[in-house]
Amino acid sequence: MADGVLVRISDTLWRHPRLLVTLLLAPPVLWLGVIYLGSLFALLAQSFFSIDEFSGLINYEFTLKTYGELFKAHNLDIIVRTVTMAAAVTVGAAIIGFPVAYYAARYARGKWKALFYLGVMLPLWSSYLVKVYSWKLILAKEGILNWLFETLHLSWLLNAYLAIPVIGGNSLSVSSTGTFLVFLYVWLPFMILPIQASLERVPHSMLEASGDLGATPAQAFRTVLLPLALPGVIAGSIFTFSLTLGDYIIPQIVGSSRRFIGQAVYQYQGTAGNIPLAAAFAVVPILIMGLYLWWAKRKGAFDAL
Amino acid sequence: MGETNMTSAVKFSGVSRHFGAVRAVDDVDLDIRQGEFFAMLGPSGSGKTTCLRLIAGFEQPTAGTIEIFGDPTGSVPPYKRAVNTVFQDYALFPHLNVLDNVAYGLMIAGKGKAERHKEAEAALELVALPGYGTRKPSELSGGQRQRVALARALVNKPKVLLLDEPLGALDLKLREQMQEELKDLQRKLGITFVFVTHDQSEALSMADRVAVFNDGAIVQIGSPQDIYYRPQVRFVADFVGSSNVLPPSVVQPLTGRAAFASLRPEAIHIAQSGHPGRVSSVSFLGSATRVTVDLADVRVTVLCPKTQEIPKAGETIHLTWASDDMHLMEDAHG
Repeated sequence: MADGVLVRISDTLWRHPRLLVTLLLAPPVLWLGVIYLGSLFALLAQSFFSIDEFSGLINYEFTLKTYGELFKAHNLDIIVRTVTMAAAVTVGAAIIGFPVAYYAARYARGKWKALFYLGVMLPLWSSYLVKVYSWKLILAKEGILNWLFETLHLSWLLNAYLAIPVIGGNSLSVSSTGTFLVFLYVWLPFMILPIQASLERVPHSMLEASGDLGATPAQAFRTVLLPLALPGVIAGSIFTFSLTLGDYIIPQIVGSSRRFIGQAVYQYQGTAGNIPLAAAFAVVPILIMGLYLWWAKRKGAFDAL
Repeated sequence: MGETNMTSAVKFSGVSRHFGAVRAVDDVDLDIRQGEFFAMLGPSGSGKTTCLRLIAGFEQPTAGTIEIFGDPTGSVPPYKRAVNTVFQDYALFPHLNVLDNVAYGLMIAGKGKAERHKEAEAALELVALPGYGTRKPSELSGGQRQRVALARALVNKPKVLLLDEPLGALDLKLREQMQEELKDLQRKLGITFVFVTHDQSEALSMADRVAVFNDGAIVQIGSPQDIYYRPQVRFVADFVGSSNVLPPSVVQPLTGRAAFASLRPEAIHIAQSGHPGRVSSVSFLGSATRVTVDLADVRVTVLCPKTQEIPKAGETIHLTWASDDMHLMEDAHG
């Protein structure tokens, strides 16, 4: 009998393919729609409330006052610092990631390709915290990098660099440069993989054709390879940019005491109990990413898709 | 015509290209004349495409020298050579529209926008695609892409145009039409065309001269008539068209020479007496009928005109041919 029921279900689903698709899609759509988007909108709603400065209680009335707070000098500083860092990490990751991805897409075959994937993915297998703390040790004053500079009698160079305001500090592990290096390391795979995927789809004859038509390798890169790989670069930059915008752990462990957006959100919703301001801060990366995508589309970054 | 004094358009002297143990091109000598429509014909893996890539500069010879219009190419990179290529997959740039694709070489050469667009438009007119400039390559049919690729190469006024199986992806009708157009274009422009193909009828119908490749070497160079009627080796007789190759045991009694000979199917006639054989299969081709006959030592194909009575499979018949139609080949002991 049970067999008969299963067969009847199969028959019904086969006759009604739409029903099958609906059943398959319902759980993920509910998850995305209710739990993910729902909580996002709840967060957005919070940002339009304000906090009573004396009682510390939330005032549930619509106001743009909290957004106004964002434009105060110390908050604006946090936003500018975070965006600058995210942009620097993205550009750095693209510059380092592109040659690696190009090699993997163009030359690596069989065993070497497997090795490439392993090399790129391996860092993702260990805990994020372990990686960040390892970098803290590498960059610390007693760390291996400092030791290397001393051994090479180049301490003066490192010290001169650390003396530069903003990017310098007492040691690399408490400088913005340190934060930058750790971000770069942690997010690099997210840049390499999409670029590699987009380069795989560029036939080699494209580059031969451009050389055949007189383009030097540099010109071929600028006029053919880069435009064709751009969707991959943009996809990678969406990862590195948004991951950096939202992170609050790396700048807390490695870097100066100057705060990033993620840390601000963490502190305002936690210790400070200022949920509305935390929500307003959380909206900033969403807006920035929206603007970035709009700009990328207008620049034709997705034309080759 | 005084062509003998002219510098060769392309000259290979002892050129080899080995990939490890694989001899893709092995000790090739070649002289392509100026203004010639030259075909390189051979099965896949015979080295013809590698030869084309050697001229373009995508490959470097492991031995020998290549001259283009008298200039040794040595280590000259592709972007400094006065040759342009029409690629097998066309290799149009998907992010540029048709006009910018065609104008690409001019853009690289530093010409201004107005000037290069004007020249590109003229080139599109030459290949019968005027007004297609604003479209993307993805919006074109295979035949149109082929024309764009042609225009993109020709707009740079190359000294030699290289074509790598450019008609391979087109259907039969379009292919025949493009063959005509390519031939016309070549006559009109007077540019040397070097054309790679594995399709013997394409090579014979278009080229002034044909080089037949096998195993990385040229086995015969000559006019289409030479290649078709006077093959020098068995491979050419077999690959170009469908000549019968008669073994020495058949040829010697007739000519006194122990050599292989080629014999075209249309030169064999069914008669009352002659070489006896059994019909193994019969296929109707429309304008004629192809009959396969097993003689004592060899299987031959006979092309019977439709006016003739056609034998049936299994029948025993007699075949004759004029000894003049037998073409003796060099590699008698091969």
